[in-house]
Amino acid sequence: MKVKIAEKILVGILGVALATGCGPQGKGEEKGSEQVLINGAGATFPNPIYSKWAAEYRQVDPSVSINYQANGSGEGQKDLQDRIVDFGATDGPMSDTNLAKAPGKILHIPTVAGADALTYNLPGSPALQLDGAAIAGIFLGKITKWNDAGIAAQNPGIALPAMDIVVVHRSDGSGTTYIFVDYLSSVSREWETKVGRDVSVKWPVGQGAKGNEGVTEEVKQIPGSIGYVELVYALQQKLPYASVKNAAGHYVAPTVESVAAALATAKIPDDFRFSMVNPPGEKAYPISGATWLLVYQKQANALKGRKLVEFLKWAETAGQTMAGPLSYAPLPDDLAKRVLNEIDTISY
Amino acid sequence: MNASAITGKTGSATPLALARPGKGGDAAFRLLSWLMGMMVLVLLAVVGWILCHGSRFAIAKFGWQFLVHTNWNPVEGDFGALPFIYGTFVSSFLGLLIALPLSLGTAIYLAELAPGWVRQPAISMIEMLSAIPSVVFGLWGIFVLVPWLQAGPYPALAKYFGFVPFFQGGGYGQCMLSAAVIIAIMILPIITSISREVFRAVPDSQREAAFAMGATRWEVTQLAVLRYSARGIFGAAMLGLGRALGETMAVTMVIGNSDQFSMSLLKPGNTLASGIANEFAETTSEIHRSALFELGLMLLLVTVATHLLARLLIGAAGARRHPGA
Amino acid sequence: MCAGVVIAPLALVLFYLIKAGASSLDPHFFTQLPKPVGEAGGGMANAVVGSLTLLGLGGLVGIPIGVLGGVYLSEFGTRRMKWAVRFAADILSGTPSIVWGIVVYALVVLPMAGYSAYAGGLALGFMMIPIIIRTTEEMLALVPNSYREAAFALGIPHWRIVLNITLKMAGRGVITGILLAAARVAGETAPLLFTAFGNSFWCRRLSEPIAALPLQIYVYAISPYDDWHRQAWAGALVLIMFALALNIGVRVMTRGNAPRLAR
Repeated sequence: MKVKIAEKILVGILGVALATGCGPQGKGEEKGSEQVLINGAGATFPNPIYSKWAAEYRQVDPSVSINYQANGSGEGQKDLQDRIVDFGATDGPMSDTNLAKAPGKILHIPTVAGADALTYNLPGSPALQLDGAAIAGIFLGKITKWNDAGIAAQNPGIALPAMDIVVVHRSDGSGTTYIFVDYLSSVSREWETKVGRDVSVKWPVGQGAKGNEGVTEEVKQIPGSIGYVELVYALQQKLPYASVKNAAGHYVAPTVESVAAALATAKIPDDFRFSMVNPPGEKAYPISGATWLLVYQKQANALKGRKLVEFLKWAETAGQTMAGPLSYAPLPDDLAKRVLNEIDTISY
Repeated sequence: MNASAITGKTGSATPLALARPGKGGDAAFRLLSWLMGMMVLVLLAVVGWILCHGSRFAIAKFGWQFLVHTNWNPVEGDFGALPFIYGTFVSSFLGLLIALPLSLGTAIYLAELAPGWVRQPAISMIEMLSAIPSVVFGLWGIFVLVPWLQAGPYPALAKYFGFVPFFQGGGYGQCMLSAAVIIAIMILPIITSISREVFRAVPDSQREAAFAMGATRWEVTQLAVLRYSARGIFGAAMLGLGRALGETMAVTMVIGNSDQFSMSLLKPGNTLASGIANEFAETTSEIHRSALFELGLMLLLVTVATHLLARLLIGAAGARRHPGA
Repeated sequence: MCAGVVIAPLALVLFYLIKAGASSLDPHFFTQLPKPVGEAGGGMANAVVGSLTLLGLGGLVGIPIGVLGGVYLSEFGTRRMKWAVRFAADILSGTPSIVWGIVVYALVVLPMAGYSAYAGGLALGFMMIPIIIRTTEEMLALVPNSYREAAFALGIPHWRIVLNITLKMAGRGVITGILLAAARVAGETAPLLFTAFGNSFWCRRLSEPIAALPLQIYVYAISPYDDWHRQAWAGALVLIMFALALNIGVRVMTRGNAPRLAR
């Protein structure tokens, strides 16, 4: 009867669902080796390279799956604090208060450095030059039109339209934001007092989007918009970005070289938390920042800890060669050596 | 035998249980089903407790100020819920305002005027609309609705009505108004179907009486049907509102996600639900997380209140027949 | 007139969905895992299976509590208890899905120190309970008392009456309630945001994070990658077809229902 058939179908669906949920799947699984799933959460800034690393590392060690969900640096910090994930990722270093709150000592492992590119959507995609004052003005809501004098003065050859500037910022807690507002705080006293620096700030104007992905998408779609994204996102979507005036007075475009130049002048303390915005170098791009993987020094699970350490070491050596093609600056050798020493202190 | 058994009213089939001594199987089964019934009560208590427990820091720190304070600042640890409350109410009420006339019109048409061959397919189509998940509406909203609104209607609104504070600020496609529009589309089916039932429940004698007095088709509808079912219509609107208040995904995808309080409909905003969705996963301070729990508590209270009001108006049976409100 | 305006958005949504979704739907979608960020290709195989798994888990929680709760309301309860349970179920049915998400986060994810399929399934199960309880109760109430009385007169134990006679007669209706609940929660995203977390690979243990179709659609939709947008439309199409299939199944089963129950 119909009821019997329906019951059977329902049970069947449930059974299939649970069986697929519980059983082993996926190709390339080694019989007999224990599969390890390592969960990580955090920044979208390095998402392109982390997800590349996760895929490549499966070839190196097929027993390890690195599940990285990019939901913003804020989530990375929090999830690690709550011990819900095995590692966190952030481009804004954790504050002393948050580090103190964590149940164990957390290490900051720098992986690569990148640039916050100021990308925008204007007819003709002109190459703009902007200085700190102009950028702060735009994001404070003081400069509201593209043909404002503050912008036009720096871009003499370009006919700027009388369009409204649509500001796009992040809606989630973001290290990309941290790097950006760190820069703004260092070039604009008004920004520093009014808004400050954190992964989540109170934006005076603009709409919020989730992740670097979201901001890129909105700038792509909205005419007259401007937003800050990691360089690789602007490059992959073929969006224009501005050259920014650095501390030495030159307009520099974000590239692997200009980020590396910024990194070269950074003073890096033993705990590896540092800022590299507005550096002194001639060729340095002022809105640059490093990104870190956050791990507990004492790993709770021996197997996972061991695999995690192996992955980290791979990332700091073989993984670094994949940075350049994705427009990130790899770590200089001496820094990488120091980081490897730090990784050696992880116990499991 | 009691009266309820004869009339067959919902859920009263117990009179004969008294007639038999409890056997082992009876007692066990009874206990089991009682336990399951209790689970529902327990679940409700758990939901309430978790929300209250989670909000305790924020309630202690901010008190009533939380409801009227506009500053939502994670850096300083200063939180005020007004932008979210405003966003929730404005987007939901506006959505209701847009949807109600359309729903009622359709419901009247389907209940009174439509020929048979139109009625069934139309009803099916409307039910299909209600089966579409929120995230799919959001997807459609991002790629179809918002670009269209941003290209034509919004600039026009800003140009002609810009002097009104509600229509100031420009260029944004993702804004409060977009959220209201998408909410309106999402609550159309539920208001339509309930209204239709309410209209159908109007006894024919009312219509016949009106006809007998020489009223036209439209007047009959007005006099006999609408006036009679005013209460039911209100209830339908409340159920739709309840659904609107809790909408998360479609709203967060088109509202622009800005915690800044602004009166303009053309500026980005946030609702209680979308605010939680954006920030809950990443709060690093106790007070931030607690503030979000408090938003959740407020959201729950508001939706429950609306739902209860709807129950009052269209009766418990009607409200229950439409899950998901 | 008005009906046209109401139907129009539906038509638009469906039209776009079918156009964009059908063109992107290919067998890869169901067989491949997502590729690294920014690279073209890949599919949502793990999300499709993930959604089914979560539904299964949710059913494990929602069906027993819902059906037996409905049985209690219809067959056993005292007046006060019945009122209380119905009231509670009503309130729970109006609870926004995001609230379920943060409740289950506090309840399961934090103590378990991890996102998991269990957490996601539980959230969905909780959402199913009020719907299933309500429909079960209504369907059981439709069974005429004469059947119960006849069975009592024959000396059959009460619990057997409920199971073998009442429930069986209302069976079709109860199953439709379950299917409707499943269709409803299959598309929910908000409760999964803080519970299931998402997984770029297959979920091997239920205590691990799991991918789900609505989650994946959300992530892909707000991204800038055109390929991901394509896949989001495809995923949306699959989701709707699934919900539609369930709804049609319900329609088929309730044809000629109401007063005429199974013979």
